[in-house]
Amino acid sequence: MSWFLRGILGRIHTSRYPKEPERDPGTTPGLPRGVEHADPQQRALAAVCPTQAIVVLDEAMDVREERCVHCMRCAPGVASHPLPWRRDAEWASAVERLIEDVALGRNFRESLHVRVVDAGDCGACSSEIAHLSDPLYNMDRLGLFVTPSPRKADVLLVIGPVTEQTRGPLFETYEAMPQPKRVIAVGACATSGGVFGPGSATAGGLLDVLPVDVVVPGCPPPPLAILDALLAVAGRTRER
Amino acid sequence: MIDRSLWSDTLVEIESNLRREGWRLATIAVSDSEIPELRYVFYGSKDQGWQQLIVRSREMARSFPSLTATDLSADWLEREIEESSAIEFAQHPHRGDAGARNRPQPGRALREEGAFVMPVGPVYSAESESALFLLETTGEDVQRAAPRLLYKYRGIEKLAQGRSVEDAMLLVERTNGTSAFGHSWAYCMAAEHICGIEVPVRARRLRTMLAELERIRRHVAVLRETVESTGMRVAAAQLFELEEWFLRACGEMTGHRYLFGLNCVGGLQRNISDAAVYAATGEMLAIANNALETMKLLEETSSFIDRIERVGILQEKRALESGAVGPFARASNAVHDLRIEQPYGAYPDLGVRIASQHAGDCYARLRVLCAEITSSLEIVAELASELPPGAVRVACGPRAGEAIGWVEAPAGASVVLLRLDEEGRCASLRFTPPSFRNWPCFRLVAENFALADFAIILASCGLSVAENDR
Repeated sequence: MSWFLRGILGRIHTSRYPKEPERDPGTTPGLPRGVEHADPQQRALAAVCPTQAIVVLDEAMDVREERCVHCMRCAPGVASHPLPWRRDAEWASAVERLIEDVALGRNFRESLHVRVVDAGDCGACSSEIAHLSDPLYNMDRLGLFVTPSPRKADVLLVIGPVTEQTRGPLFETYEAMPQPKRVIAVGACATSGGVFGPGSATAGGLLDVLPVDVVVPGCPPPPLAILDALLAVAGRTRER
Repeated sequence: MIDRSLWSDTLVEIESNLRREGWRLATIAVSDSEIPELRYVFYGSKDQGWQQLIVRSREMARSFPSLTATDLSADWLEREIEESSAIEFAQHPHRGDAGARNRPQPGRALREEGAFVMPVGPVYSAESESALFLLETTGEDVQRAAPRLLYKYRGIEKLAQGRSVEDAMLLVERTNGTSAFGHSWAYCMAAEHICGIEVPVRARRLRTMLAELERIRRHVAVLRETVESTGMRVAAAQLFELEEWFLRACGEMTGHRYLFGLNCVGGLQRNISDAAVYAATGEMLAIANNALETMKLLEETSSFIDRIERVGILQEKRALESGAVGPFARASNAVHDLRIEQPYGAYPDLGVRIASQHAGDCYARLRVLCAEITSSLEIVAELASELPPGAVRVACGPRAGEAIGWVEAPAGASVVLLRLDEEGRCASLRFTPPSFRNWPCFRLVAENFALADFAIILASCGLSVAENDR
């Protein structure tokens, strides 16, 4: 049987997200959540977090999601007294506004073009973004398209902590994009510098480099989380 | 590891002798000392083990003789050291480009009228790592493609200094997220050697199983990228779907799709139940076999074979000379594999079937990847069926010292030279991943090709820019 026939005769497994929530195991690593009344062993987790994402405030503990690098040290199955973890993937957030306010407008609802720029990513974020085009997510069905031309792009996705050498090409790509446009920082590195932090070789993330509209925490954020951010820009935030 | 101290004027001769005896250069590192000092790390066969030459120049000079004229595998290692320290290598031929920072233009290969250099990158295509390629052409075929990398330099080795041994591991794990488990294992192995501990047997077998699962997934990803580059979009979509199922199975079994947050110094920080292992590996075996089936069917499609056969050839002699590693080298019959040469983990108890080909073209590289997937599936099945009970982690350190860790990562030999201080902080890290060994060979593969084949050649090599740049 040819590979073509094999494909045609196989079942369709495409996710129904966002119409229905996607609950297949392995589609998201989750993220740690804060607690209102932390016990002492949970408080101790703040010290083991490599990026100070876990914050202790009196009774409660909070998690700065943009700093989480998925080292898993505070996760159930690893920590003896873990933090609770959220198990969804809808954690994209807008910078200094509500996520609903980043929408580009009606014309872009089902036709949004995306340019991805690698500003030093390790390969995990780029793999997750690429997987949005695999048959199980199939972003094209939602009117989301990756384009190699910044001239035709509406959204700039940046991955990596922004290395010194990629700043120039990143600016050129941003400048080449016509208005209206949005910028999404995908992954812990682009959002907060990740494990690299600010340093001599990297900018510690995109927030000091370009005007960022949406950030997607995670190391790497799963395809569903990136999809959440793109749908927000398309004006289809968390619709059911 | 045996240490030998010597003066630099004897270096070239001694290194030639070592190579004649079968030793291979793994990495060169700069010592953390006032006096300029270099370490040359070699590995031999199983019986020979590892050896380190500690070299100084007379009168504490900063100049050392370059090995590149006689051992091409030293080329970029020496270039990198020249750029990041005050050390110089006398008579380094500076053949081929290494990086993006203050480079002179590469010598033009083409002197014909109408010849021009077409730059591709660093931002190009819909799905590519940031890297610049200078394609020299007269307009039809491309004579030469010089890669200019280091756009993605993040300073991992420098950042690691002063971090705790566990936090420095996170840097190595995220050097190349698609080979995270392999590289982090090499790092943990180095730290465990320093502390003089052995991880529990369950951890050893689980680590081996997870490393092989990562190998399978990464190979499927490379196959998919290559198939996509040839325009076989339907078959590529099938492989992509299979890779996604595989990622989900990894995520369900371990909590992370790319196996982050598993390796730690002393073993694994998460134990995986036998039931979870059994269920997940059964699923992953089926997925991988499905992918192999797709590849076998693709071999019957002549329009696919036409684009990969006799394209992007790396000749055996050049593969051996330049110290290429991994499936990229094994497809050109340069057969080296740390799982056989320096067995670690559970490999001493397992039979690893090494895949190799002679042709050295894109097709040969794909055949090697498929054969390696088959071999990895056998290893996973054997390990998953027989997991000894017990803990997966032991306490480790803090202890000062220096040691090597090594792993055959999906792309080839990955070597970590680590030094820890008394408080258990990373004092220095030297990390030489397989892509850093293989990228210098790209210009050998991408010679005299049609422009349309550029993407195919690049994809088939399975190289990571993130790994190279670090």
